[in-house]
Amino acid sequence: MTERKMRNGGQVICDVLLEEGVSAIFGMPGGASLPFYNALYDYPQIKHYLFRNEQGAGYAADGYARALNTVGVATATSGPGATNLVTPIASAMMDSIPVVFITGQVATPFIGTDAFQETDITGVTIPITKQNYLVKDVDELPRVMKEAFYLAQTGRPGPVHVDVPKDVFLAETDAPVPEVIKIRGYKPAGAGHRGMIRRAAELINDADRPVILAGHGVAISAAFDELRELAEKARIPVITTLHGVGDFPETHKLSFGMIGMHGMYYANLAVSDCDLIVGLGLRFDDRVTGRVSDFAQRAKIIHVDIDPAEIEKVVPTAVPIVGDVKATLQILNPLVHKSDHPEWLGKLDKLRSEHPSHEPPDDERFLPQHMVRYIYEATEGAAAVVADVGQNQMWASQMFFYDRPYTFFSAGGLGGMGYALPAATGVQVARPKETVWCVTGDGGFQINIQELATIAEYQIPVKIGVMNNSNLGMIRQWQKRFYDGRYLGSELKNPDFAKVAEAFGIRGIRAETKDDAKDAISEAMATDGPVLVDFIVNELEDCYPMVEPGSSLAETVERGA
Amino acid sequence: MNGQSTLVALVADSPGVLTKVATLFRRRGFNIASLNVGHSEEPGVSRMTIVIEGTGAEIKHCEKQLYKLVEVLKVLDLTEVDRVDKELALIKVAARGADRAEVVGLAQAFDGEVVDVSKDAVVVQLTASPYTIERFLRLAGDFGVLELSRTGVVTMVRGTLDKSNVPARRPSSNHRE
Repeated sequence: MTERKMRNGGQVICDVLLEEGVSAIFGMPGGASLPFYNALYDYPQIKHYLFRNEQGAGYAADGYARALNTVGVATATSGPGATNLVTPIASAMMDSIPVVFITGQVATPFIGTDAFQETDITGVTIPITKQNYLVKDVDELPRVMKEAFYLAQTGRPGPVHVDVPKDVFLAETDAPVPEVIKIRGYKPAGAGHRGMIRRAAELINDADRPVILAGHGVAISAAFDELRELAEKARIPVITTLHGVGDFPETHKLSFGMIGMHGMYYANLAVSDCDLIVGLGLRFDDRVTGRVSDFAQRAKIIHVDIDPAEIEKVVPTAVPIVGDVKATLQILNPLVHKSDHPEWLGKLDKLRSEHPSHEPPDDERFLPQHMVRYIYEATEGAAAVVADVGQNQMWASQMFFYDRPYTFFSAGGLGGMGYALPAATGVQVARPKETVWCVTGDGGFQINIQELATIAEYQIPVKIGVMNNSNLGMIRQWQKRFYDGRYLGSELKNPDFAKVAEAFGIRGIRAETKDDAKDAISEAMATDGPVLVDFIVNELEDCYPMVEPGSSLAETVERGA
Repeated sequence: MNGQSTLVALVADSPGVLTKVATLFRRRGFNIASLNVGHSEEPGVSRMTIVIEGTGAEIKHCEKQLYKLVEVLKVLDLTEVDRVDKELALIKVAARGADRAEVVGLAQAFDGEVVDVSKDAVVVQLTASPYTIERFLRLAGDFGVLELSRTGVVTMVRGTLDKSNVPARRPSSNHRE
């Protein structure tokens, strides 16, 4: 029995952070959260990274969480601090990222009075969190904090928001932190139903043209070995979603890249032609399926997901399996027979070599695709890439081969531009020895450009590659293709980003040609600290392959005019 | 929409749970016809009776979404189950002079109770199925319904909920263990 000691709310939170192994938190203080910072002052084991906008702190916690497959923590004050966290909270919800968000709130006597810097932030975050709490009694805080960490990382992970009034940070309690959390209405699934798994094995054993469609769930449950075992045992081609990039070595012969709106041509055609989809931890997002009514018409679908609400949400399934991917594959794999599908694999190999969407176009001009490929070549693939949103994100996924888990990160679900720079900061803090490349467009970069100050202050050695085409490129591409080239609001008049970086105290390099780019990447790699390279790429390059809105995967356009 | 469904949700009685349930329905585009919340037989557990527009797969989806709320302990789709539906309504009906006796008679015919009589109106309390209340309202409309307050449906399964009165399409154990 541990001795019950009195401590205040701020200390309770810090103690739980320590217990949960948190060594870094990301945030920005304010009036309502000052008592928490005052407590944190006495916990040097927890390093606080000051961001310049709470949105940056939230995304950094998201990056940190993904990089270590653990829980990230971000904090902000009440009112505007908390509302600035809303975008990263929504993003973590869409991408199933375990982040605990701690916000300050006005003191309990002021709640509901429209006090200075008061926002009903738990009212705001209900639909964008896995769970949220407004803690009005400090005696509840130990349990709530422990529950927050438990809920964030179990089952389908997600953000948990804890809103703490100023006086609750200061109030004292001797309530202990519970050792075990039991929540009656919350029972995350383990392995899937045995009978269903047996049926899945039968379908796999009977299939002539199977594919594995691997999503984020493989990474969350760390089922990499099990996935590889299944794929190699039955010789099944592996195609991933955007968040599944890194689930399976992309240089493996059985890897057929990413599916979707800008997926590999051969991946989209393989899924359209297959007779069985083994779907592992994915939600059949509209960017994955194309026109749903024509999705994989010849295929039966096995769908493994830990969230029952994802099963049958978008596509009808032959075998629904509610369960953890890793635990499920451990039961499934022994039931699967050895097989080799030579005809099917031969067909796909041919398709891939005839339509190599993973190769940059053969072009003398310096294209955005070249930028990503040069980074891949210079790092020999030994880097983590944090992509922003838009064309840069798609090229970052297409032109780099990710052989290791947890090396590609992107805000795929919410699609919030401005993600890459702060998230890369979080990834680098989590994995200090990793080479981390932030691949961002010139538009997204400017959404959180202020975090250059954070990167400079803490000398976080991220390599920032701005794919600069002086446009919101994906917007321009859509205006060109679907709005008769009536460009409005897509062109960007940019500052000189290399000079901007230098002003922040970060080495800045401008690269206008292919040779410049290769040199700049070498220099960035040879520099210990952070470096920004402003890659001036061909402005008019469009992102292909593309499944146009309303089209089916089978209608993937390989290359635009 | 083609018809309504009746769900019962048992939820942990914690702050904000009603908002969470209501927000979920709004966000996922479900229309609530009626929603009733109150204590259940177990302390700390509230019982919600929710009548929503829609049937079949939509409702199944709704059920799964409800289960994602940590506070939700159990969801039962009682649409096709043999059950008792009751609702309480207070209905103020215009009644002057000779009309008064007719309204009182109408209330009695529906097993209603006259809980207030004033110069211009009679307040009738009806505890009945929504269908019966609708019928009463149609007839009372001839006199003029001045005010109406309904609690929304509460429902209870007849006997115990087992295979004899549950349709075959219950979620399998695979759905939620």
